[in-house]
Amino acid sequence: MSDNESGATPLLRCEGVSKAFGAVHALYKVDFEVRAGEVMALVGDNGAGKSTLIKGIVGIYPFDEGRVEFDGKPVKIHGPKDAADLGIEVVYQDLALADNLDVVANMFLGREVTKARMLDEVAMEKRSQETLESLKVTTLRSVRQTVAGLSGGQRQAVAVAKAVMWGDSKMIILDEPTAALGVAQTRQVLDLVGRLAEQGYAVVIISHNLHDIFEVADRITVLRLGQQVGVLDRRETTQQEVVHAITAGDMKFVPGMDEETVQA
Amino acid sequence: MSEDTDTPIPAQAPPAPVDSSPRTSGFAPAGEGGIGDYLRQRWNAIRAGELGSLPIIVGLIVIVLIFGTLEDQFLTARNFTNLLLQMAPIAALAMGIVFVLLIADGEVVTIDLSVAFVAAVGGVVMTLLQRPGDPGWPWWAAILGGLAVTTAIGLLHAVIITKLGVPSFITTLAGFLVWSGVVLLLTTRFSTAGTIRIQDDRLIDIANNFLSDWIGWAIGIAVVVGYAFVQVRMMRTRQVRGLDAKPLGIVIFQIVGVAVLIVWAVAVANSDRGVPQITITLGVFLLFWTFVTSRTAFGRHIYAVGGSPEAARRAGISVDGIRVAVFAINGFMAGVGGVILASRLRSVATNTGGGNLLLNVIAAAVIGGTSLFGGSGRVVSALYGALVITAIQNGMDLLGLASGTKFIVTGIVLLLAVLVDSISKRRRTARGLT
Repeated sequence: MSDNESGATPLLRCEGVSKAFGAVHALYKVDFEVRAGEVMALVGDNGAGKSTLIKGIVGIYPFDEGRVEFDGKPVKIHGPKDAADLGIEVVYQDLALADNLDVVANMFLGREVTKARMLDEVAMEKRSQETLESLKVTTLRSVRQTVAGLSGGQRQAVAVAKAVMWGDSKMIILDEPTAALGVAQTRQVLDLVGRLAEQGYAVVIISHNLHDIFEVADRITVLRLGQQVGVLDRRETTQQEVVHAITAGDMKFVPGMDEETVQA
Repeated sequence: MSEDTDTPIPAQAPPAPVDSSPRTSGFAPAGEGGIGDYLRQRWNAIRAGELGSLPIIVGLIVIVLIFGTLEDQFLTARNFTNLLLQMAPIAALAMGIVFVLLIADGEVVTIDLSVAFVAAVGGVVMTLLQRPGDPGWPWWAAILGGLAVTTAIGLLHAVIITKLGVPSFITTLAGFLVWSGVVLLLTTRFSTAGTIRIQDDRLIDIANNFLSDWIGWAIGIAVVVGYAFVQVRMMRTRQVRGLDAKPLGIVIFQIVGVAVLIVWAVAVANSDRGVPQITITLGVFLLFWTFVTSRTAFGRHIYAVGGSPEAARRAGISVDGIRVAVFAINGFMAGVGGVILASRLRSVATNTGGGNLLLNVIAAAVIGGTSLFGGSGRVVSALYGALVITAIQNGMDLLGLASGTKFIVTGIVLLLAVLVDSISKRRRTARGLT
């Protein structure tokens, strides 16, 4: 329903993407887009296709059909490496931080800065601090603290900072960033999400928590049973409307039937 | 129906660079840099379960107090140099075991139960290669031959563990039997008595020679100067770049502490036969492996694999590659230990690598502070642990305790060390979850 924008071209635009696992249409002709500087929430019930959409975008399960454009140019993303090269970073729910390493080591894990084959700890520590400061993450006692000692919100912040730090990242996808967090921690993470958008990143946030989404999202894409059933502007919609879309939104297609017959 | 209009943020550019004014970071609490603050931070870390080498220091003090009061011979210069000699093979093997324990996979402990017999294979190969005329390899080539064989054995274990998915516990348990069999076959085949003597003096010197007094002093002073240089330089670079650095007082205290310890050790050793050559050899390995683990990306990746294999994998680290490398390092250090073991006994025999060597080695790594749960520990802990284990057994030998008693005491000490490990781990995780 949300078509022809004025002004901003989306950073990422998926057009009619589908993904089938055997006979199951996990995604069917889904349109999805996100602009730079915008927080786009992706909502839907379990099995609605949120994860499949994300995995298609970053190339873990490439789409069967449909077009993907990034920065206005058509792209084929065949794996996480391609996505990272474009500047798409995902922060997964389980974060994938090594508990026994400190914040700096985690942020640079696998991409360590070396000088004459030795770790350049000073450069890495400096860069980590700068990144965290730019995101206004100030609750960390020290970047030399091991991750085991961090709260859930702090871990999320480190994981986000890690994604942001990687030079050309333009788009950050957050998978359930507040799922395991208490009130204060959630607050911190939502503030962080807002700041990412302010700094010009395109942010996609997957969440079950409509309250959180209404706090940070600019727009909300609703998936239902593998189809996109609406893109809602947060300021012009209500939680009831979103819940209705999630549970009973109008399906545009009937998979398996000829396309002409289902075009309404 | 919704024609979404003005999304309020026009920004398109990637984030602006952060202003990097040369001030200290906003992370440290106010009043940073003081000695008091530094000590308070350390104390908090200890309470949170990051014990470092504290248990070892306490353990050594207890050992010195107990055996020092019970037995006059314990705190003599002669016994001190004896300790340095006795701990050498255990320390070398335990360094390899530290690597293996570091990559423990969460709940599953990685271990090498075959390490003592792999070491024996290395010692036997070296001894066979140096036999005059048959084939009569020069001493250094014989050593390299032994090390090559044990490194290959480590690689073989690694391939079975990573590619075929057999747990390290089972793989190396099989290795325990296989390599002890190999040692038996080789020693009995080349000698009817089952004992092959080392005839090359330089091979015997490895674990039996002492340095002259002045060389001992020269090396000791070089170590102190080198340590001071590294510490001060690290502090300076961090200060210049505006990062939290250790307070000057602490750095000076540490340098003075190391200097006092080394001067004392050299003086005591020199009042007996001198500093053992093998102690310097161990020191070189200690420096090298400490450098590898703490200053290279490879070392960082070892810790990552031990802390969270999943995080390591997602960071693009070849987890299996790291595991293979670690078992190869362990095989190499087993060879080093085997060379030392053979040199010390001036021969290899059917029972080389047997007895409680394996248990002492694993106990040394764990007592030294390497976690059985992976991802935590330092190479130097192998030396600490070997010193503790050797000191306890040496002390009990001097007291003339029965073998049974010695086993029981060693077992209890090992259990205590593991308890310290699991309790401190529990504290670490408890803190992580709140």
